[in-house]
Amino acid sequence: MRRKDFIYLTGIGAGAMMLPNFSALGSPVDASRLLAEGMDVATKKALADVALNTAKAAGASYADVRIGRYLSQFVATREQRVQGVANTESFGVGIRVLANGCWGFAATNDVTKDGMAKTAARAVAVAKANAKIGGKPVELAPQKGYGQVSWKAPIEKNAFEVPIKEKVDLLLAANAIATKGGASFVNSFLAMINEQKYFASTDGSYIDQDIHRISPNFQVTKIDQSAGSFQTQSSLSSPMGLGYEYLIPSAAEKVTGVVTRYKQRYDMLEDIAQAAKNVSEKITAKSVEPGKYDLVLDPSHLWLTIHESVGHPTELDRVLGYEANFAGTSFLTLDKWKSKNFKFGSEHVNIHADKLQKGSLGQVGYDDEGVKCGEWELIKDGILVNYQATRDQAHIIGLDKSQGCCYADNWDSVQFQRMPNVSLKPGKTPLSPDDMIKNVEKGIFIVNNGSFSIDQQRYNFQFGGQLFYEIKNGKIIGQINDVAYQANTQEFWNSCVGVCDESDYRLGGSFSDGKGQPQQVSAVSHGSSTTRFNGVNVINTKRKIG
Amino acid sequence: MAILTKEQAQALLKKVLSYSKADECEVALGGRMGGNIRTALNAVSTASETSGTTLFVNSTFGKKTGSASINEFDDASLEKVVRRAEELAQLAPPNPEFMPALGPATFKESITWNADTAAMTPDTRAELIAQSMKATKEAGLVQAGFLENTSGFSAVMNSKGLFAYNKSSDVTFSVTTRSEAGTVSGYAARGFTDIKKLDTYGATKIAAMKANASKDARAIEPGKYTVILEPTAGAYMLENMFRFDARSAEEGRSFLSKKGGGTRLGDQLVDEKVTIYSDPFNTELPGATWDREGLSLEKTYWIDKGVVKNLSYSRYWAEKKGVKPVPFPSNIIMEGGNSSVEEMIASTERGILVSRLWYIRMVDQQTLLLTGLTRDGTFYIENGKIKFPVKNFRFNESPVIMLNNVEALGKPERAISVESYRSYMIPPMKVRDFTFSSLSDAV
Repeated sequence: MRRKDFIYLTGIGAGAMMLPNFSALGSPVDASRLLAEGMDVATKKALADVALNTAKAAGASYADVRIGRYLSQFVATREQRVQGVANTESFGVGIRVLANGCWGFAATNDVTKDGMAKTAARAVAVAKANAKIGGKPVELAPQKGYGQVSWKAPIEKNAFEVPIKEKVDLLLAANAIATKGGASFVNSFLAMINEQKYFASTDGSYIDQDIHRISPNFQVTKIDQSAGSFQTQSSLSSPMGLGYEYLIPSAAEKVTGVVTRYKQRYDMLEDIAQAAKNVSEKITAKSVEPGKYDLVLDPSHLWLTIHESVGHPTELDRVLGYEANFAGTSFLTLDKWKSKNFKFGSEHVNIHADKLQKGSLGQVGYDDEGVKCGEWELIKDGILVNYQATRDQAHIIGLDKSQGCCYADNWDSVQFQRMPNVSLKPGKTPLSPDDMIKNVEKGIFIVNNGSFSIDQQRYNFQFGGQLFYEIKNGKIIGQINDVAYQANTQEFWNSCVGVCDESDYRLGGSFSDGKGQPQQVSAVSHGSSTTRFNGVNVINTKRKIG
Repeated sequence: MAILTKEQAQALLKKVLSYSKADECEVALGGRMGGNIRTALNAVSTASETSGTTLFVNSTFGKKTGSASINEFDDASLEKVVRRAEELAQLAPPNPEFMPALGPATFKESITWNADTAAMTPDTRAELIAQSMKATKEAGLVQAGFLENTSGFSAVMNSKGLFAYNKSSDVTFSVTTRSEAGTVSGYAARGFTDIKKLDTYGATKIAAMKANASKDARAIEPGKYTVILEPTAGAYMLENMFRFDARSAEEGRSFLSKKGGGTRLGDQLVDEKVTIYSDPFNTELPGATWDREGLSLEKTYWIDKGVVKNLSYSRYWAEKKGVKPVPFPSNIIMEGGNSSVEEMIASTERGILVSRLWYIRMVDQQTLLLTGLTRDGTFYIENGKIKFPVKNFRFNESPVIMLNNVEALGKPERAISVESYRSYMIPPMKVRDFTFSSLSDAV
């Protein structure tokens, strides 16, 4: 699931609530503030030690401290107007403790010795109060302290160093191209995030990290007033764990074909020109004939199917029931994993989890409970072999250490299990998307993600898309419309008959994947090459109202 | 200083405005406090308390506006935040849609505050959760739940003399009860302004009853069925159409756009049994009596006996179109009818009772075609009786088509949308020809 309203402003809300416009991400600041130095590491260490010592003295068996500075910038435009520029900063500390076998958490934006001591004491009090209600005591996987270490995202250009005017100029230039290309309306956006996180724990880790993410996007709309219809097209960009270099086009990072797609560099001006053309074709494209089709799914589309049908059901907290009241549980129960022969997919399906891939949203040195990040297999040759776990879950699947899947979306949110990058490995035999399409008799090539819905145990899903190209006898013959496919997760992945090779490998991803109560967002990438699934059920989504 | 009184807020905002040198200045102050408990596997999984107060300043020179905020309230900080907003305004591009601030107005006092709810403590929350846990264990089930209370205030003032203040409190509770083996599941959600109305034991009993009644669910063929949607299911479906926005309709990109141009205002859009309105003084779901633009929020009909009665117009769009602004509402209420759920079941030859829907997404913005699934209590009805629990379905249906197929309505109650967690007043609904397109094995 992705949170619908990234920033939720005053509105209907809880129905009764009338609260001011709290930004979901922090308080508005001057753009120059985004480049200002935060608190120095020595001060953070001294403050963190106050919290850790207070927690231990109050009876905590374990404590961790996250001093976080979360910075963001948003630029939004519409046709030739700037709709808004927002710069936000959020700074504070979250303290988590284990006392009497139970977790406790408290947070404050009073990042002083006094604030640390009071908040640590509050966290211990919460843990002790919760422990009285009962339940199994928390069992933490051991984790050695790393001492004082740091990790910086390997970006080439901090997006906050680029003047706002340059960003506005880019978006307005893109909008002008869309309008010239026949779009009735165009909206474009740029979102940039920097997380400056300091983690310290009673295990002896003091970890300083600097993480950057960027998400360029647009939507062009074509109206046919006489027919009373409209269609939209979104950009073929992906949110990435990159700096502003993502917006510097590079021919080597393009995949050409019926439509140009992008790897680690994006060409917004080129993409919006093709979107304006494609949306004009789409509004008159013929409606799909429902039935069984072989689907050829581009990575710009497949990432979301991977996210929903592989990423979420392999989250161990869902498997165990921790998310039952909201996001749901999982069909990938422990008995299926223990059997060592649960056939999740065909032999072409090799899916791994990692927090290492270059340019990915999940790339980070250490997770939010001080575990160094790595890579592991989830589905090997089609068989379920592993899950995604945090320190307090590792023992349940027989691991002696965490897989580093803990994340909190802010200093005042409690960290919990979140999805690492989950990606489909490319095929080992050389195969291009064009060669894959050549062998399809009756199929649809789907580019970019559209609507998405999956049940609470991740069996039954339905996905739409942005661009649907009809394939007949090995050739793309043009756009069709009103396509969605429905499948059962296991049947779908077992219908996978081929994955293109690594030269086609690309990342897609979600900038704001939602989970938990209260809901938290996280950003995650999913890589794949173009992949073919045979005999998938396609429905027609055209309806008529009034 | 989480909850300021009207007088305290007014005095502070007056002081902030006194520092302004801009053509226009708007200041807003908001504070909130509250806490939550989350449970899973019949134990508390997380719990926390939050509070905070923030001051926002919008300064305008000509049509150029800058915004800044702060959460420190000494005189130097207040002056600093005003200066910062003014500096940002000078750098900002002119906003062609800028509307000058409104002058003084009188707003009715809202009924959104409840002192008992605002006074909730970690102990009150723990007791409510213990009650819920008791009902879960009595039914031999395992729960995951969430209880949250929030209280807050907001106040705005501008250099033209407008001042408005509101405070509110709210508590919500939701629980999912499942068998240890994960073979059955039931859900209940409740929300109130007044904590005294919240019965977590009773709500959990209903969730447990739904779970235990779902044992051995059978698969039946998907297709078009008469459905009885409980308010929790209806709210999540309908909130996707509760955007009665004039601008997107006039631009041709909404389900309220008319073929050939214009909007569906005045058209019979849905069945005449359907009336949808907003009223800040609804006692079950009260709302604020003013909005951020300084407009008074009054009782407003959006759909009256099936006819589109009003669309919301921002002040900018209203001026451009030469009409009166119609503010976005602070609540939404769908009027009901006289049927009870029992009567709806009794009058159904063949149908499905739906307790809750899940993971609804827009498939087609033009027709509001939605897809999603049933969850936590789906039952087959034959010859006026619930016959047996059924496996969950995926549906593909538009709320506009659904409201054209309404056969009977019950008494509206406060229902919380499963995903947005926003509340609406929604009646139970009996609807014919609801389209289920496939089966799901999910429990």
